[in-house]
Amino acid sequence: MKKSIEKILQNRELNLVGLIIILLILVTIRSPRFLELRNVERIVNDTAILIMVAAGQFLVILTGGIDLSVGSTIAFSGMAASMLNEAYPAMPVYLILLIGVLVGTALGAFNGSCVAFGKIPPIITTLGTMSIFRGFTFVLSKGQWVTAHEMTSAYTMIPRGRLFGIPNLTTWAIFIFIIMYYFVKYTRHGREIYAIGGNKTAAHFVGVSEKKVNFMVFTISGALCGLAGVMWTARYAAAVNETATGFELQTVAACVLGGVSIAGGSGTITGVLLGALFLGIINNALPVVNLSPFYQMAIQGFIVLAAIVANVLMEQRNEKKLLNRRRQ
Amino acid sequence: MKKTILELKDIAKYFPGIKALDNVDFTIRTGEVHALIGENGAGKSTLVKIMTGVYQPTKGKILMEGSEVHFGTAHDAQAAGVAAIHQEASMFTELTVTENIFMGHHLRKKGGTLDWKAMRQHTQELLDRLELDINPDTLIKNLGTAQRHMVEIAKALSVDAQLVIMDEPTSALSLHEVEELYKIIRQLKDEGKAIVFISHKFDEIFEICDYFTVFRDGQYIGEGEVATSSVDEIVKMMVGRSLGHMFPKKEAAIGEAVLDVKGLSLPGFFKNVSFTLHKGEILGFFGLVGAGRSEVMRTIFGIDKKSEGTIVLNGHEIHISSPRLAMQRGIAYVPEDRQEQGAILEMSLSHNITLPQIDKISPFGVLNKKTEKTITEEFGNKMEIKAANWKVNANTLSGGNQQKVVLAKWLATDPDILILDEPTKGIDVATKAAVHEFVSEMAAAGLAVILVSSELPEVLGMADRIVVMHEGHVSKVLNRDEANSDNVILAATGHEEGM
Amino acid sequence: MSDKLKHVSQSRLINETSFKERLIETVTKWEFILIVLFAGVVIFFSNASPYFLNYFNLMNTTFNFMEKAIMALPMIFVIMCGDIDISVASILALSSFAMGHASAAGAGTPEIILIGLCVGMVCGIFNGLLITGLKIPAIAVTLGSQSLFRGISQAILGDQAYTQYPESFAYFGQGYVGDTLIPFELVLFLILAAVMGFILHKTSYGRKLYAVGNSATAARFSGVPVARIRFTNMVLNGLFAGIAAVLLTSRIGSTRPNIANGWDMEAITLVVLGGVSISGGKGNIFGVIIAIFLLGYLKFGMGLLNISARSMIIITGFLLIAAVLIPEMLGRFKAKRKLMKQQA
Ligand SMILES: Nc1ncnc2c1ncn2[C@@H]1O[C@H](COP(=O)(O)OP(=O)(O)OP(=O)(O)O)[C@@H](O)[C@H]1O
Ligand SMILES: [Mg+2]
Repeated sequence: MKKSIEKILQNRELNLVGLIIILLILVTIRSPRFLELRNVERIVNDTAILIMVAAGQFLVILTGGIDLSVGSTIAFSGMAASMLNEAYPAMPVYLILLIGVLVGTALGAFNGSCVAFGKIPPIITTLGTMSIFRGFTFVLSKGQWVTAHEMTSAYTMIPRGRLFGIPNLTTWAIFIFIIMYYFVKYTRHGREIYAIGGNKTAAHFVGVSEKKVNFMVFTISGALCGLAGVMWTARYAAAVNETATGFELQTVAACVLGGVSIAGGSGTITGVLLGALFLGIINNALPVVNLSPFYQMAIQGFIVLAAIVANVLMEQRNEKKLLNRRRQ
Repeated sequence: MKKTILELKDIAKYFPGIKALDNVDFTIRTGEVHALIGENGAGKSTLVKIMTGVYQPTKGKILMEGSEVHFGTAHDAQAAGVAAIHQEASMFTELTVTENIFMGHHLRKKGGTLDWKAMRQHTQELLDRLELDINPDTLIKNLGTAQRHMVEIAKALSVDAQLVIMDEPTSALSLHEVEELYKIIRQLKDEGKAIVFISHKFDEIFEICDYFTVFRDGQYIGEGEVATSSVDEIVKMMVGRSLGHMFPKKEAAIGEAVLDVKGLSLPGFFKNVSFTLHKGEILGFFGLVGAGRSEVMRTIFGIDKKSEGTIVLNGHEIHISSPRLAMQRGIAYVPEDRQEQGAILEMSLSHNITLPQIDKISPFGVLNKKTEKTITEEFGNKMEIKAANWKVNANTLSGGNQQKVVLAKWLATDPDILILDEPTKGIDVATKAAVHEFVSEMAAAGLAVILVSSELPEVLGMADRIVVMHEGHVSKVLNRDEANSDNVILAATGHEEGM
Repeated sequence: MSDKLKHVSQSRLINETSFKERLIETVTKWEFILIVLFAGVVIFFSNASPYFLNYFNLMNTTFNFMEKAIMALPMIFVIMCGDIDISVASILALSSFAMGHASAAGAGTPEIILIGLCVGMVCGIFNGLLITGLKIPAIAVTLGSQSLFRGISQAILGDQAYTQYPESFAYFGQGYVGDTLIPFELVLFLILAAVMGFILHKTSYGRKLYAVGNSATAARFSGVPVARIRFTNMVLNGLFAGIAAVLLTSRIGSTRPNIANGWDMEAITLVVLGGVSISGGKGNIFGVIIAIFLLGYLKFGMGLLNISARSMIIITGFLLIAAVLIPEMLGRFKAKRKLMKQQA
C-alpha cells in the first residue's frame, strides 16, 4: 500500500502532502471550522485559476524558461472577453470563452515566436510582453472597467455554475490537470519538453526541435491564461486593468514548491497541483485565523520560505538515503 | 555481398575561423566495419554529425543507397536508418534509462498514446543483449560513467538502423564491456549492417575493423584494407611522419615519500585504501571502470569527504575540504570528465588555462594580461592544441583538443603532486606520446605523479609501481618489473588478492 | 595572441580580419545596438521637445533612476553567476523602514545611514545563507524572502508612514555635489559603477564570476570557491539595496510599506537589457550602464511629450525585445552572408 502511494507520488510530492497536512492541522487548531466541506470546496475553487495558469507555467519552466507575462495575458484576454460580453450581450458565452482562449493563445504564440524564432531568452521576452500586454489592456479598455452590471449573468455564471454539485471552475481545473497529466506523460510532444529542458545538445542529437517545443509551451501557457482570464473576470464580475498583477510570481512559486526544477528538465504536474493548493490554503487560512491583514504578507512569505526549506532538506535527506542504498 | 549504403561527395563544413572539413569523399558499405582515423581535430566528429543530420554541410552531397538525401535534423537521418553514438555523452540525466533510449522515437499505441510498457520491455531486451544489469526505470543520474556509455550504445541499437556510427565508443569502457561491444558489432556486421567505428586505439581498430579511411586537417588522405596494412603505415598517413616511442619512460630517482594515504574509506565507493607516493615516482592506478579509483582521487583533492582514514602530506596529516585547499598544498587534479569538470566550455582557451592559478598570477587581485598570455602560449603549444586562436571558446574544439586544454591548465600550475585521471582519454597517438614524454620529464625533475588509467599499456609503460583496485579496495600493488598484463588484469577482476 | 598557435595548419584557417568584416562584427554587437538606440532617443526627443537637451533637465532627471541603477550593479554579479534576486526591492523597503524607525527614535543622520546599510547587508546574508548553505535555488529563496522582508515592514508599519528625518539626511537623495548642478546620486552611481566594473573586468574575482556562471562544477574543480562567491554576491546585493534605500528615503523623505514596489524586476530588466545572459557567464558592465541611461532618458523624453503611462510601458516593453532581436537578426544575416561568400 505504502509502496503504491510512493509510486504515484514521488518523494518530493509526498513531502509536500506532509507539509499541507501540517499546515491544515495548525490552521484547524486555531479555527476549527476551516476543514468544513464548504470551506474546503471554497479553497479549491479559489485555487482553481492558479492551478490552470501554473500548469502552463510548469511547461515553460520544464524547458528551462519562465513566463512572466501570465498576469498581463490574463488581464488582456479577460478584458477582451468582458468587453465582448458587454458589447454583444446576446453572443453565446461559450463562444466568448473560446474567443478569450484564442486571444490568450495568440499572445502566447507571440511570446513563443520571440523565443523560438527570434532566439530572445524567455525571461527577456516575457519581461517585455508583461509590460506590452498590460499596456495593451489599457489601450483596449481606454482605462475603463467592465463592471458587474455591464456583464450578462450567463457570463458571470461560467465559473459559478455547478455540474454534479461541483463548481464549474473547479471542474475546469480538474479537467486541465488531467489533460496536462496525460500530455506530459503519454504524448511524444510532452516528453520532448523534458528533453529540451534536460539537455539541449542531447535533444538536438535525437532530433527534438527546440524551436517547436519552445513555441508550443508558450502557446499553451497563453491559451491557459486566456481561459483563466475569462474565468477571473467572470468570477469576480469585474474586468479591471490591474487584473492578476503579480500573479506570475504565484505561479512560479507553485511550481517551485511543487519540486519543478527551475533549471528545467524535471518536475511533475502533480507536484504543481500540490504546490498551488498549498499556496491556496495559506491565502485562505490567513484571514480565517484572525490576524491583522498587515501581518499577512510577512507570514505568507515566512511560510513559503519555510516550506521551501523543509522541502529541500527532506529532499536532501532522501537523496542521501538513496545513495546509501545504492552503496550497499 | 557488400553494397554501398552511404556516400559523401565533396563535403565541406566551415565554422567561424576554421575549415573543419574540406573536399571530403567517404563511402560506407554494408557488412563492413569501417574505421575513421585521424588526429585530434581532424574532423571525424564533424563528419559524424553531418551523417546524422546534426550539422548541415557547407557544401557537398550525401547519397543514401544511390539517391541524394538532405538530413535537415537528426530525425531525418534516423528515419533514413542512420544511428549514432556521439563522442560526448548526451544523456537526459533526470530521466529513466527507458526514456533515454526512446527519446526521439518513442513507441506509440494506435491513438498516439505512448506505450511505456512496450518501451520498457524493449529496453529490458536491449539491456539483456548487452548483458547489463540495470533496471530500465533507473534515472541516468544514478548510473556510473561506464553504464551511461552502455546505455548510449543500447540507444543506438534501439533504432532499426542500416548504418551505426560509433564515435570513440570505448573511451569510457573497461575490458569486459569492450568485449561486449565487439560482440554486438560482429552481430550487426553479420546482419549485413554497416558500421563506422572511430577510435584512437590501434589494437581496437585491428581487432574489429575491416577497412579504414584516414583524415588529416579536415581533408581526406587515404584508405585501405586493415588486414593488409600496418600500424606504422596508418600512423604515417595520419600525422605525416613515423612515430617515436609510445612510452618514453625516463628513469627517475625515486625520492622520499610525499603523500601517505592510510585506511581511506568512503562508504559505497572505496574502503581501506592505503598507498604511498614518492617524489619522482609515477604511481599507476589500474582497475575496471567503477573500481573506485576516481573517487579516491576526488577525496584526496577535497571534492568528496572521506569517512575514515588519514592523508599525510610531507610528514604532516592534512584535512582537505575543498579543491582550493588541495591546490594550496601543491596538489593538482586532472579530472576524468573533461566536459563537466575539466574545461569551462563557454570560456576562451586562454581563460581556461589560467583559471586554476588566476589568484596567484594576479597581483593584488588585478589581472595581468601579459602573464596570462605567456602561460597560455607556453602550455597550449606544449600540449599541441589545435584551434583557430587562443580566444575561441573551448566548446569549439574537438574532443581530444578539449582534453589537451584540461591537461595544459593543470600542468601550468606547477604542482608538487599531479593526479592524472584518464589523462589521455580521446587523445590521438602522436599527442599521447608527447604527453607521456612530458609527464615523464616532470617526474624525472622531482614531481610526484599519480596516473589513473584504464588503458593497460599506458599504465604498464609509464608507471613505476601499479596499484590495482577492485570493487573499492586495493587488490594488489605491483612493481614495474613484476607487473605484466596477466597479473594486473587478474588483480583488477578480483581473481587474485593479496599484497 | 592569435598568431602564436603553433600546431594548427595555416591552410585550414579562414581569414576574416578584413576591415569590412571587423566593421560588421562591431556593428552587430549588443552594446553597439544599445548606443545606436540611445543616440536615437536623444536625437528624437531633442527634436520633439525644446526641454530635452537642457543641461539642468538632463542632470535632474537622473534623480528618477539612479537608485534603480545602483541596485542593478551588484545584480550583474548575481545574474552573472546564474543566480537571481527578486527580493532587492523588499530589502530596500525593510531597510528604509528601519531607518524611519531609527529616525523616529531620535537617531542622527550617520546612525540612520549605518542602520540602513546594515539592514540591507543582513538581508543579503540571510538570502546568501539559504542559497549556499542549504543549496536552495536563488529564485526560490528570494521568492519567499520578497514577501517576508516587505511583509515585516508592513506588519509593523501598517498603513502608517515615517516622514520625520533629520534635515542633513536630505542631502543624499536631493543634494548636488559642491556648487555644480550634478546630483550627488549620479556621482555616487558613477563611482560605484567604476568600482564594480573594475572588479568585474580587471580582477581575478571578476574572472571567477564568469567561470562560476558558465560551469559551477568545473569552476569548483579548478579551485574556485563557488559557494563563497555566490554568497558574497548576495551580500553585495543586500548592501547596495541598502544604499538605494538611503538615497530613495532621503529623496522622498518618507517610508511607506509599498516603497519601491516592483523595483526588483526593474533592476533585473536593466541588467538583461544590458546584455548580461540570464543563464550566467556572459555580459559586461558597459552594456548595463548604457541600458540604464537609455531607459532613463527614454522615460524622461516620453514624459516631456506627455505620453501616457500605459504607452510608456508598451514602448519600453518593445524596446526590451527589440534590443535583443536586432543583434540576433543581424548576426544571422551576417552568418548567412559569410557562408555565401565562402561557398563562392
Ligand atoms: N561548433 C564548432 N565551432 C567551431 N569550430 C568547431 C566546432 N566543432 C568543431 N570545430 C572545429 O572543427 C575541427 C574538427 O573537429 P572534430 O570535432 O570533427 O575533430 P575530431 O576529428 O573528432 O577530433 P577528436 O579526435 O579530438 O575528437 C576542429 O578544429 C574544431 O576546432
Ligand atoms: Mg571527435
